[in-house]
Amino acid sequence: MERQGTRAYDKLIFEISSPGRIAYSLPDSDVPERPLGELLPREQLRAKPAELPEVSEFDIVRHYSRLSQMNYGVDTHFYPLGSCTMKYNPKINEDMARLAGFGRLHPMTPAASAQGALQLMYDLGLALAEISGMDAVSLQPAAGAQGELSGVLMIRAYHRSRGEKRTKVLIPDSAHGTNPASTALAGYEVIEVKSDAEGAVDLGDLERHLGPDVAAFMITVPNTLGNFEPRVVEIAELCHAKGAQVYMDGANLNAILGITRPGDLGFDVCHFNLHKTFTTPHGGGGPGSGPVGIKAHLEPFLPTPVIVKQDDTYGFDWKRPKSIGKLQAFWGNFGMLVRAYTYIRTMGADGLRRVSENAVLNANYIMKRLEAHYDVAAPGPCMHECVLSARRQKKLGVTAMDVAKRLLDLGFYAPSTYFPMIVEEALMIEPTETESKETLDAFCDAMIQIARETETDPRVIHAAPLTTPVRRLDQTRAAREPALRWSRPAGP
Amino acid sequence: MRYLPTTPREQKDMLATIGVSSIEDLLVRVPAKARLSRPLALPPALAEMDLVRHLRAMAAKNADADSTVCFLGAGSYDHDTPSPINHLVLRGEFFTAYTPYQPEASQGTLRTIYEYQTMIAELYGMDVANASMYDGASSLAEAALMAHAVTGRTDFVLARGVNPLYRRVVATYVDGPGLKLREAAAPDGIADPDAVRKLVGGKTAAVIVQSPNFYGCLENVRALAEIAHAAGALLIVAADPINLGVLEAPGNLGADIVVGEGQGLGVPMSFGGPNLGVFAARKELVRRIPGRLVGATVDLEGARGFVLTLQTREQHIRRAKATSNICTNVALCALMATIYLSTVGKQGLVRVGALSTAKAHYAAERLTKIPGVSLRFPAPFFKEFLLKLPKSPERVVAKLAKQGILAGVPLRDHDRTLRDCLLVAVTEKRTREEIDRFVLALEQAVA
Repeated sequence: MERQGTRAYDKLIFEISSPGRIAYSLPDSDVPERPLGELLPREQLRAKPAELPEVSEFDIVRHYSRLSQMNYGVDTHFYPLGSCTMKYNPKINEDMARLAGFGRLHPMTPAASAQGALQLMYDLGLALAEISGMDAVSLQPAAGAQGELSGVLMIRAYHRSRGEKRTKVLIPDSAHGTNPASTALAGYEVIEVKSDAEGAVDLGDLERHLGPDVAAFMITVPNTLGNFEPRVVEIAELCHAKGAQVYMDGANLNAILGITRPGDLGFDVCHFNLHKTFTTPHGGGGPGSGPVGIKAHLEPFLPTPVIVKQDDTYGFDWKRPKSIGKLQAFWGNFGMLVRAYTYIRTMGADGLRRVSENAVLNANYIMKRLEAHYDVAAPGPCMHECVLSARRQKKLGVTAMDVAKRLLDLGFYAPSTYFPMIVEEALMIEPTETESKETLDAFCDAMIQIARETETDPRVIHAAPLTTPVRRLDQTRAAREPALRWSRPAGP
Repeated sequence: MRYLPTTPREQKDMLATIGVSSIEDLLVRVPAKARLSRPLALPPALAEMDLVRHLRAMAAKNADADSTVCFLGAGSYDHDTPSPINHLVLRGEFFTAYTPYQPEASQGTLRTIYEYQTMIAELYGMDVANASMYDGASSLAEAALMAHAVTGRTDFVLARGVNPLYRRVVATYVDGPGLKLREAAAPDGIADPDAVRKLVGGKTAAVIVQSPNFYGCLENVRALAEIAHAAGALLIVAADPINLGVLEAPGNLGADIVVGEGQGLGVPMSFGGPNLGVFAARKELVRRIPGRLVGATVDLEGARGFVLTLQTREQHIRRAKATSNICTNVALCALMATIYLSTVGKQGLVRVGALSTAKAHYAAERLTKIPGVSLRFPAPFFKEFLLKLPKSPERVVAKLAKQGILAGVPLRDHDRTLRDCLLVAVTEKRTREEIDRFVLALEQAVA
């Protein structure tokens, strides 16, 4: 079959390389240059030049422009990816992050010469503390999973400082995979707590596991079924009564801005995903930023350094003997912090509350429009996302993955599929507040069309996607014979 | 309201469809006692032009590398950034895409990561590179955990020349699993092989070294590899990929895992983040690698395509038993590096390294002619070197900052024994005129 349009381009940068072609100019050396062999030990010099591409600047611009056209992004497509909060990423954020005073600032610039950057970090920390009802925030974690690791390590340090040896952390079976992974990395045994049919914590199961050896309970609010945990305050009290700390995975914070706060719900720790709630772009997988908020009793354990303000001067506090240490070399993903700060200052308190209200409205609207066509995992009202199940469609041979692939042909990115794991054939839909009613309607129409096609013409679903640069890919082959780097084909 | 397209009238229609009368009716599950009964106490919202003014004023208080002459290094470098990088990464299709979990709609991202993995593996002399980690330090920490998983051993020999900020991060990461770090001294700026040999034993999972190290000095990687391997341990090398146009690939010197900070490859310094954690290993270790991997495959018509692969290593599948907890990485920074390496190309990367070396050695030669100023260590260095000063480095730095020169990093906070030292980095961007001005200013400051 002849491939057309974006499907016609199938090059890697190495395959358009031509020996001797260049894309870059450097000035001649203005200092005396001696042979490298005189300055450096010869055995440390590269024997064989690295095989990098030899291309022109225009080759590069066209190649990467064409590759970009093989992607769906939020700028081009509705991205109802549950748990990922794929909202609009404001352009002004990018302009601000690129101001030379931020983007071109070296991390080791003396604090006295970086007061603006430190002020921004300090003020962002205050804003996040207010939004979450926490007493202090560390901006250092690079992403949500690192926020989790820092939070759990602080809990561990806290228990140790009290001479308590607790070895287990309880996590619901509906949790994001990073929760158990981060907790295990912090040295804890992970115990899974059951959820009931609606995705709420099974209190009986929680109480059964909540022994003196439990360090913490880690839970996502709203939960991964998109529902607010109705007994969350009681859960926190229950845990505290047994000496356990309570950790909130803040992945779903977009649902509750200005409505309720983790700190007020009784949580001791919560992390933020600035790349979800606070509009920093996902970049095809990162960078993110995962600040972690804590209550006062955990302050001594914060990652170093802590940004402090004395009179009107900002600085780093390194003298924190009880700190869990450092998570990354420098102070946090500062570029993302500038974007998040810009966003918070754009929206203000009223704006942030309306963000959550509209996110909740949009999710409920989608759930309502689709409830006759798909099974709903848990009855509403939901919060910022809803989870449907394609179990009805599966009986007719159409799986959640098939629905996802068909959506790609109909001009939408797919919902999260097969998560949470406790829902059969899960389709997790998070529309976010930045999508218009027209887009939501178009998406619902597409979903209804797929439900109808399941009954009348499933072949079109199984054939999907047809309009993307490639059709369904052979995952088994990729895993069985890993080809993880390009190599030059053996030439004639 | 800004970024919120739904009008009050549309809200009303939507509520009617849902069958409730207000948004409040949708929030009934949030317990009343936990509801916030006041507005969040945040500074007022700003219109765009006021916001820009506010942020510009904050940015103006910072001595950035455009308004000063930057000789700072210690893990972040003022290398040149070719123009196309910023234009291309700002394309919304790259920039606003999620992790490529739906490969058919993510071939752009997947292909760029595949290119990135290829370039990094090539530079490092390794078989496999992953799709990126957070930064050089967390990458090094993950390498240590991987070596522990591969060997089943619990101790590490960590060379003193490894960036002290990295050493702190490694210490944080190995605390959970209860692993031990032993430090190998670097009396002359590099690890002494005999000292390392004495520390290595049956419990050693890996020897960890950085080259060029924190002081800019080149370690004897080959000798350390032999020592590690003789004891059944792995050798982990931290290496800045931008140096490897000139310097030998760590894989060719015996490394088993190579990591590094890739910020120099077109990623803005941005006050230290986001950076680019680079991670590569020998192919025998591939199933223990942390993070995402992109692999080539075919679609059902036989056309070439790319997917995330070997995902059973990862947290979303393996949960508590995953090789790492990492999920979000720094894909966009990896794209910057890919475009950077394509732009400078095979010849350009060699020139970047050669120019940086030439300028660093010119600077060192001139600076050490100043009375009382000397190189702290005799070992050969690359683009960064440690100066011993006759006066407090903090005071010298403050003095030069007033003249628009960021002179270097005083080491007091990182190593008490080096409190009289200043770490100076010189990239290809520094001109002779800037270096001469720095020399003159330093001469006056220590006089």
